[in-house]
Amino acid sequence: MQGSELTRAKVRSALVFLAPMLLALALAAGWPLGRTLWFAFTDATLTDTGSYAFVGFENFWNPDWGGLLEDANWWTAVGNTLYFTVLSVTLETILGVGIALALDVPFRGRAIVRAAVLIPWAIPTIVSAKMWGWMLHDQFGLINDLGMKLGLIDQPVAWMASSATALTAIVAVDVWKTTPFMALLVLAALQMLPRDIYEAARIDGIHPVRVFFRVTLPLIRPALMVAVIFRGLDALRAFDLMYAMTGNNESTMTMSVFARQQLVDFQDVGYGSAAAALLFVMVAVLTAAVLTLGRVRLTGGVR
Amino acid sequence: MTGNTVKVVSTPNSSSERLALYQQILAAGAGDIDVLQVDVVWPGILGTHFIDLKPYTQGAQDDHFQAIVENNTVDGELKAMPWFTDAGVLFYRKDLLEKYDRAVPTTWEEMAETARIVQKGEREAGDDDLWGYVFQARAYEGLTCNALEWIDSYGGEIVDAKGDVVVDSPEVIDAVTEAASWMKDMVPPGVLNYTEEESRGVFQSGNAVFMRNWPYAWALAQSDDSPIKGKVGVVALPKGGAEGKHTGVLGGWNLAVSKYSAHPEIAADLVMFLTSPEEQKRRAIEGSYNPTITDLYQDEEVLAAVPFFGDLYDTFENAVARPSGVTGEKYNRVSAAFWGKVHAALEGNEDPETAMSDLADELGAVKRRGW
Repeated sequence: MQGSELTRAKVRSALVFLAPMLLALALAAGWPLGRTLWFAFTDATLTDTGSYAFVGFENFWNPDWGGLLEDANWWTAVGNTLYFTVLSVTLETILGVGIALALDVPFRGRAIVRAAVLIPWAIPTIVSAKMWGWMLHDQFGLINDLGMKLGLIDQPVAWMASSATALTAIVAVDVWKTTPFMALLVLAALQMLPRDIYEAARIDGIHPVRVFFRVTLPLIRPALMVAVIFRGLDALRAFDLMYAMTGNNESTMTMSVFARQQLVDFQDVGYGSAAAALLFVMVAVLTAAVLTLGRVRLTGGVR
Repeated sequence: MTGNTVKVVSTPNSSSERLALYQQILAAGAGDIDVLQVDVVWPGILGTHFIDLKPYTQGAQDDHFQAIVENNTVDGELKAMPWFTDAGVLFYRKDLLEKYDRAVPTTWEEMAETARIVQKGEREAGDDDLWGYVFQARAYEGLTCNALEWIDSYGGEIVDAKGDVVVDSPEVIDAVTEAASWMKDMVPPGVLNYTEEESRGVFQSGNAVFMRNWPYAWALAQSDDSPIKGKVGVVALPKGGAEGKHTGVLGGWNLAVSKYSAHPEIAADLVMFLTSPEEQKRRAIEGSYNPTITDLYQDEEVLAAVPFFGDLYDTFENAVARPSGVTGEKYNRVSAAFWGKVHAALEGNEDPETAMSDLADELGAVKRRGW
C-alpha cells in the first residue's frame, strides 16, 4: 500500500487542505507563545519595549534577588490555582453527571429545561462575577439576607473580604457557572449509549445504582475524561472570576492573575513572561499526567 | 466657542486598573486618546509618552500648588497640568457625635473610642446595621493611601528620602497595630474588599459614624437625595497618638497630552481650559473637587459651597506624598507589596510586627533590582 499512487495523492491533498489551518495556528498560537518564552529570558519592561537584554535563567532563579522560584507570592498563586482547580472540577463533574442523568430521563418540557440549564454558562463571566459580587456583598447582599432570614447565619458574612471564604466563594460561583457545560457534555455521551443494555439490566433486576457504576460510568468514561481535562485546563488558567471579584488580592490570586500583575501593573515584561512560561509548563505537565494516569486517548476509546 | 468636539472615554474607577489600561494604549503608541487624566504618582511612570506642556501654559502653572507642579515636572518638562488635588479627610456624623456628647476626635485612639461608644449605643437602640468606621481596605492602591496616612500620622515611613526601606520601624508597627485593632469590633468585615465607592455607600446610607475618603464625597453626601444631608462634618485625619500629626495622603489628578495625539495644540488648549481658574472654581462649587490654584481657597463662593476647604488648606498643601519619586518605575511593586502585607495584618493572618518585617525583606529584594 505504502507506495501506491492513490495514497500519495491522498496525503498530498490532505496537506494542502491542512496548510491554511496549520499556518493560522502558527500565527495565532505559535508566535505569541514563542515571544513569551523568549521574553521570559530577558529583562524587558513595558516602559521601553525597544531595548532589553538576555539574562538567562535570572527571572526564574538568581542569588541576588531570588527570582520566581523564591517568590512567596508566586507559590501562593500556585497553591490557590491548584485548590481552585481540584475543588471546582470535582464538584462540577459530580453535579454535572447528576444533572445529565436527570435530563436523560424523558419528561414533559425536557427540551426547555435543557436549554434553561445552559443560561449560567451563556452569561459572560465578567457579568456573572459582578452579579455574584453584589449578591455576596456583606451589607446589601442577597445571600446574607437569605441566610439571616432562614437563621443559617446570625450576622452577615463578608464572603469576599476574608481569605478563608473568598476563594471558596469563587469556587462556588465557578461551579454555578460551569456545571451546565459539564452536564451538556455528559448528556451527549449518555445519549449515545445503547438502550438495550439498560433493558437487559432491568429484566435481570439489577439495582439502578449498581447499573450506574457498572454500566453507565464505564461507558461514558472516555467522554467524561475529555470533559474533565477540558475543564481542568480551563481552571488552571482561571483569571476573570478572581480578578473581577477581588482584584489583585493575594489570597485569591491565581497564576494568571500573578502573571498579569507582573506584566501590566509592574510593567515587568521579562518577569511576567517567566511566570506565564512556568504556568504553561505546569499546565502541560499536569495535562500529560492526567492523560497518562487516566489512560485517555483524545481520539476516543480507552486503551 | 472653538468648534471642536470632545469625546469622553470612560475608564475603570479603580486607579490601578486605569493605569494598566493607559499603559497598554500608550505602549502601543496609539493616538486614539489625546488628553489623559493622570494620577499624581504616574508622571514618573508614564512621562515618556506625554508632550511638554510648557509652550502652551504661558506661565499659568505658577498659580497652582508648587508641590504638584514639581511632581509633574520630569527632566525639566511639564508633563501634566494639575486639575484637582486630593488629600484623605475624615467625614463624621455631626448628629451622632452630639447625641453621645463626644468631641470631634483629634487622635486615632479617640476616634476609635467614640466610634465604639456610638456603635454600641445605636445597636442597643435597635440600629443593627450601624458601624463605627469605614475606609478603603481592598487590596489595591487605595489601601496604600489609607495605610500611609496612619503611619505618617505616627511619624513612620515606607521608604525614606534616601531610598532606604524603613517600614519595620516601631512607629509603623504602632500605626498598623492600631488599625488592626479597629477590625475586631467597629468596622464592617467587608471593608477588606471596599474601595472609595463601597465605603461611601455605607456612610451615605447612614450606616457609619466615621469615614475616611476624598473630598469628592462631600458634595454627594450633601446632595438632595442623600439620607445624611446636613448631618456631615469634615476634619483633617486624626493624629497618631498625642505626639503624632494630622496628615492626609497627596492624591489628585492631572491632565496630560499624549505624544501620539494627532492634534496636540487643540488637546493642550483643552487642558488649559479645564485647568483654568473659572473651570476649577465651577468644579469646586458643584463637585467639591479641590482646586489646585491657591487663590481659590480664599474665594467666598467656593468657601460657601465647601466650608472645610478653608480650614483644611494646610492639610491639602502639606499632604504626604507616596514614595513614587524615590522608587521610580518600581513604585507599583512597592505599593503592591505594602498593601498586600497591610491587608494581611488587618485581616489578622499575620501580626503587625511579622507583617512589617516580612515586608521590609520583600522591599529589600525589590530594591536590590534597583530603584
